[in-house]
Amino acid sequence: MSVIFENVKRHFGDVKAVDDVSITVKEGEFFSMLGPSGSGKTTCLRLMAGFEQPTSGTIYINGEDATWLPPFKRNVNTVFQDYALFPHMTIEDNVGYGLMVKGVRRKDRAIRVKDALKLVDLAHVANRRPNQLSGGQQQRVALARALVNQPKVLLLDEPLGALDLKLREQMQGELKALQKQLGITFVFVTHDQGEALSMSDRIAVFNQGRIEQVSTPETLYESPKTRFVADFMGTANIIDNTLLPDLIDGPQVFALRPEKIRLNSDQGDMTLQGQVSEIFYQGAVTKIEIRLPNHRTVLVQPPYAFDRSSLGGQPVSISWDRADMVRLEEPAT
Amino acid sequence: MHSDKSSWLIKGLALAGICFLYFPILIILIYAFNTEESAFSFPPKGFTVEWFFKAAERDDIFQAIGFSLQIAAISTLIALLLGSLAALALYRNNFPGKNVFTLILILPIALPGIVTGLSLLSTFKSAGITPGMATITIGHATFCVVIVYNNVVARLRRISFNIVEASYDLGATALQTFWHVILPNLGASLFAGGLLAFALSFDELIVTIFTAGHEPTLPLWLLNQLSRPRDVPITNVVALLVMLLTMLPVLLSYWLTKDR
Amino acid sequence: MMPATAKNRAIASKSGALFNRPRLKLLLLLGLPAVWFLVIYIYPLLHLLSQSFYTFDDFTMTVVREFSLDNIRNLFSPANADIIIRTAAMALAVSVFSAIIAFPVAYYMTRHASGKMQAFLYISVILPMWTSYIVKAYSWTLILSQEGVAYWIIDALGLTGVLNAFLDIPSIGGNTLSTSNLGRFLVFTYIWLPFMILPIQAALQRLSESLLDASSDLGARPFQTFRHVILPLCIPGVIAGSIFTFSLTLGDYIIPQLVGPPGLFIGNMVYVQQGSIGNMPMAAAFTLVPILIIAVYLYFAKRAGAFDAL
Repeated sequence: MSVIFENVKRHFGDVKAVDDVSITVKEGEFFSMLGPSGSGKTTCLRLMAGFEQPTSGTIYINGEDATWLPPFKRNVNTVFQDYALFPHMTIEDNVGYGLMVKGVRRKDRAIRVKDALKLVDLAHVANRRPNQLSGGQQQRVALARALVNQPKVLLLDEPLGALDLKLREQMQGELKALQKQLGITFVFVTHDQGEALSMSDRIAVFNQGRIEQVSTPETLYESPKTRFVADFMGTANIIDNTLLPDLIDGPQVFALRPEKIRLNSDQGDMTLQGQVSEIFYQGAVTKIEIRLPNHRTVLVQPPYAFDRSSLGGQPVSISWDRADMVRLEEPAT
Repeated sequence: MHSDKSSWLIKGLALAGICFLYFPILIILIYAFNTEESAFSFPPKGFTVEWFFKAAERDDIFQAIGFSLQIAAISTLIALLLGSLAALALYRNNFPGKNVFTLILILPIALPGIVTGLSLLSTFKSAGITPGMATITIGHATFCVVIVYNNVVARLRRISFNIVEASYDLGATALQTFWHVILPNLGASLFAGGLLAFALSFDELIVTIFTAGHEPTLPLWLLNQLSRPRDVPITNVVALLVMLLTMLPVLLSYWLTKDR
Repeated sequence: MMPATAKNRAIASKSGALFNRPRLKLLLLLGLPAVWFLVIYIYPLLHLLSQSFYTFDDFTMTVVREFSLDNIRNLFSPANADIIIRTAAMALAVSVFSAIIAFPVAYYMTRHASGKMQAFLYISVILPMWTSYIVKAYSWTLILSQEGVAYWIIDALGLTGVLNAFLDIPSIGGNTLSTSNLGRFLVFTYIWLPFMILPIQAALQRLSESLLDASSDLGARPFQTFRHVILPLCIPGVIAGSIFTFSLTLGDYIIPQLVGPPGLFIGNMVYVQQGSIGNMPMAAAFTLVPILIIAVYLYFAKRAGAFDAL
């Protein structure tokens, strides 16, 4: 086990930034911490790195109690959101910094720095300064600077946040490949659910300082446990007895993905009548908002292309299988 | 992350540094109430406020104060005008010589006061201008410009240019935009810069010596006093007053711009 | 093309907008300050500098408008070179020592003190900085005088022997504190100290917290972080501060009059030359010294990359 949190709390005055979190990050996995801003994911990362100490609870890193270990004594390294490259040092010196402070000899250092820069394809910028590089290049330098220390765990704090979409997608692929190649544990903080879904082995979904669910991407998407997870991981119709008083009894709440609903079909075991109220064209997919007779709405995402112009304001029927509804844990509000 | 030891060391050194800064100020405060007439001996022999009354009878002190206040007021007004014009001119404008112009603005305080003082003196002399209030004021205004300029530029940098564009977008002309959008946003920084300029002018000595005529400003009066040992108690009292008078605008100026 | 542009211009001026006339706008804003600085500052400065190449007739005691390098050469005469070296050495000593005192104050202000304490410390530094120069200098004459506070404290601490040992050191000491270079050095350091604290504090303030986290994360102990990250990144602040302390000490002529041993400073020499002697060309030549020293200093500071990190 790489990193274990046992009932970790981190309070700042009255603010419970991290409120009783227990996590087990397995060795060699790509573990993501996902949540909106202020949900506690970054604080958890800082707790792992040692920049913060928990108010209570215990943190184990590689089986050792690291709760009160300062950052410079932990065998983990961080890639910072703003990269935090030292502006007064060359790229080479930046990457070699960790080795230098640990007393690695200049000769050995140069070799390892060169290898690390090669790994991220930046051997040619060794003598430049950080402000002479592009954002993407700075990001790779930050990565090389962390990896050169051969950490057991690499912590990444929204490292792709500052990059534009194309570059971000490219870097997602490279990061994933790098993690496989090196076989070290990655702990990745992000607020982008698509990024988390596509890269991670497992994801912890954070909300208000607590973990809502830890699971594989598939499980999180297909079987969210809570309303928050269902909603945060893509779009979900929340179905309870205020929406469908005749079909749902009591306090049960379900999540139903828009793509599970069929349009103008009665093949499912749940069928409703409604009217098309909005059409959201999104390129690859189109979402259709259906207004029910009780004025509540349901989102439908047909898996095929269709003629939008014929749909506006039309009465339609929708249907789905009861088995596709996922029972959520919380009671109806 | 800091060990307690180094933390305490830093704290101790820092507080010692601050105490060092206030020690002479404290001494001025103590001596103003000293009963002794001429000596500088420490500790003071007794407490009295009589020197304040004695000082109040001296016309030359009030003349010097009045003279200094007038000069400070006029040079502050000139500095406010020139400093804000310069700041607005350089704000989001690029033109050849921009860097030279900013350098020139800073030169009067970056170069030693004797340089400014002597160049003004030599020019006044060769132009046949009699030194007096006007020449002092001109010198003061020149090095006060950069104080106002710095304050206004700092404020302008923090104003999002979007609000200027929004004003244009909503149909305001450049002058309307200046009057309704830029000026209200600069108000506090202009006032703060003006106060600092005032304090600087009120206190200036090095350039003043070169540009002054026979009438002394308050700092000049104080400097002359230093060669009059019999006047020491009066000097002490005036020193205390001058100190308090310069602190006031500085505190006010800080308070006006403290959101930075 | 032309008619369309002219029409646009007409529309623009009709609506009273300077919006489309950036040059006019710039001229209106820049004109007054530019003229002021040209007439009141640049012209006198050049006038002064040109004077340093005039000749001063020692017999008639008048300035002759005749080009010569005599004044410049004169600067290197043993007596004058002595003055320059004395002043520059003091400026250097004051800059170094005030940086040493300033650093912990600035460091504590930015990295240890929180919120209100930080604001309080900031005021604590700017107040003495702006407080009357002549009053501060005067206060030191009171402190250093022979029956003053300094002697009283030293006596109370039983350190009179140590003080006398210091005063016996040639070129630092003197007969008493107020006539020694040590005393003069103390007063200079005191008066220019805030000018060193504030730029260092500003440099430390710009230092991003994540750089310190990164250093620690990469295995640097607190002292290593201090040595390799904090210190190099506040060098620009130290240099900015030392430009003030250096320039202000080089040009001062009041403090050398009030405290310290006989022996003139550059400032005194300028004052004496132009005043009682009336030798404006020589006075002008002396002002070249601080100007040149500061220009060279700035050049090397820039070349050493002191401003790169900013």
